[in-house]
Amino acid sequence: MDIKEYIAPEKKEEAVALMKESLNNKFIAGGAWSKISIKKVDKLIGLENLGLCYINSHKNNLEIGAMTTLREIEINEDIKKIASGILSEACSQIMGISVRNIATIGGSIMGRYAFSDLLGCLLVLEAKLNFYSLGEIDINDFMAMKKVPDDLLISVVIPKKEKKGYFHKVSKTHLDFATLNITVAKDSKVMVAIGSRPGIAKLALNTCEYLNTVNSFNEIDFGNVEKLIEDEITLGSNMRGSKEYRSLLMITYLKRALREVM
Amino acid sequence: MKIDVVVNGKKREFLIEPSEYLLDVLRRYDYSSVRRGCDNISCGVCTVLLDGKPIPSCSMLAVRCVGHEVTTVEGIEKEAEKIAHYFGELGADQCGYCNPSMALTVYALKKENREANDEEIKKYLVGNLCRCTGYVAQHEAIKKYLGDES
Ligand SMILES: Cc1cc2nc3c(=O)[nH]c(=O)nc-3n(C[C@H](O)[C@H](O)[C@H](O)COP(=O)(O)OP(=O)(O)OC[C@H]3O[C@@H](n4cnc5c(N)ncnc54)[C@H](O)[C@@H]3O)c2cc1C
Ligand code: FES
Ligand code: FES
Repeated sequence: MDIKEYIAPEKKEEAVALMKESLNNKFIAGGAWSKISIKKVDKLIGLENLGLCYINSHKNNLEIGAMTTLREIEINEDIKKIASGILSEACSQIMGISVRNIATIGGSIMGRYAFSDLLGCLLVLEAKLNFYSLGEIDINDFMAMKKVPDDLLISVVIPKKEKKGYFHKVSKTHLDFATLNITVAKDSKVMVAIGSRPGIAKLALNTCEYLNTVNSFNEIDFGNVEKLIEDEITLGSNMRGSKEYRSLLMITYLKRALREVM
Repeated sequence: MKIDVVVNGKKREFLIEPSEYLLDVLRRYDYSSVRRGCDNISCGVCTVLLDGKPIPSCSMLAVRCVGHEVTTVEGIEKEAEKIAHYFGELGADQCGYCNPSMALTVYALKKENREANDEEIKKYLVGNLCRCTGYVAQHEAIKKYLGDES
């Protein structure tokens, strides 16, 4: 990375103002992905002095500061309690400990990576994102935005709901991206997200609508589930797997997930 | 620009460019136990401890280490000797290129969870690649080190 100047402001307004000065200025969180992706930058704006590294447990939700590392999320006891600990589990399966000690939740969201293991979890956990200028945005609306906003992500808020959860990442080795990941959570309603399709994580809304009409695992018409999910979740082929292989993975692990949460 | 960083307990002043990574700066200042592997945040061979936690020095900008404490394997000399002893005893050493990063990660694991079971050891070390040994002897050596109360 070719950097002209490095600045780590102590005030959020200063960080945002610096970002607005030029399109060649960039925020840096853990810097893990920036190392690979950013070639040239005028002002690199470090977010480490903004006090955004925290996990606060409130009565109805958990608030995770954008600079919280994946390792901190992985080992946090309050996060382990939410939806069978799917977010902790997903973090624990990303690279090795040293990468997870620097990579942050903020960078994971703002990168909107197609391979992300966390976005599916945040979708089924119905997370809200707190931005400096835009205020609160639902994760699903953020995912639907045409372009990632040029705003500072402050925190992620996860409602404390009594959910059962399931996360599974299929990958060739522990250090590889997922060939496919599947995340399911259930309270009074079921939510299913499929990621690394190889497209970005997406909720299977029609499939969920059907699943919410049945009362137990044994009542599920899997022929219908297969049809619904194949219709709404577009799969593709790349070096990690063919579209057909991904389809088999999706159906197989969806069945296992539903057996576990229903 | 000049930066102040504590390395292995000693305050050091480094002359750096804003684009330089910690790995390059440490090696330039003769901390040659810190190795370069992939240079792409994938192999773990460049691991150092930042405030006691393993991080990949190839991906940490040196300028971000101001006011923090960096530990290389020279900074944990006594523990590194113990680890080396068990690695030697169990034939877990071959070319030795991965050893400093492995020793620092194992040291951090012991500080965090000296009771780690087989699965926890594997999970903690999964990001530290070794191209020679096949990991079995290393795993046994690590277990012995974790159990060493001296
Ligand atoms: C080798 C490697 C393998 C990986 N494998 C996986 C994997 O298998 N699964 C997975 O889910 N993830 C994986 N990741 C991604 C990783 O989990 C992080 O998501 C990624 O490193 C980004 O986090 P970061 O803190 O390093 O962000 P950075 O690299 O610092 O930033 C990434 C982007 O987000 C922006 N940004 C960061 N924070 C904010 C903020 N608060 N407000 C506004 N913008 C912000 C930055 O400007 C930049 O554009 C991998 C990363 C690496 C390097
Ligand atoms: S040199 Fe391979 S992870 Fe840093
Ligand atoms: S002993 Fe050669 S790389 Fe590990």
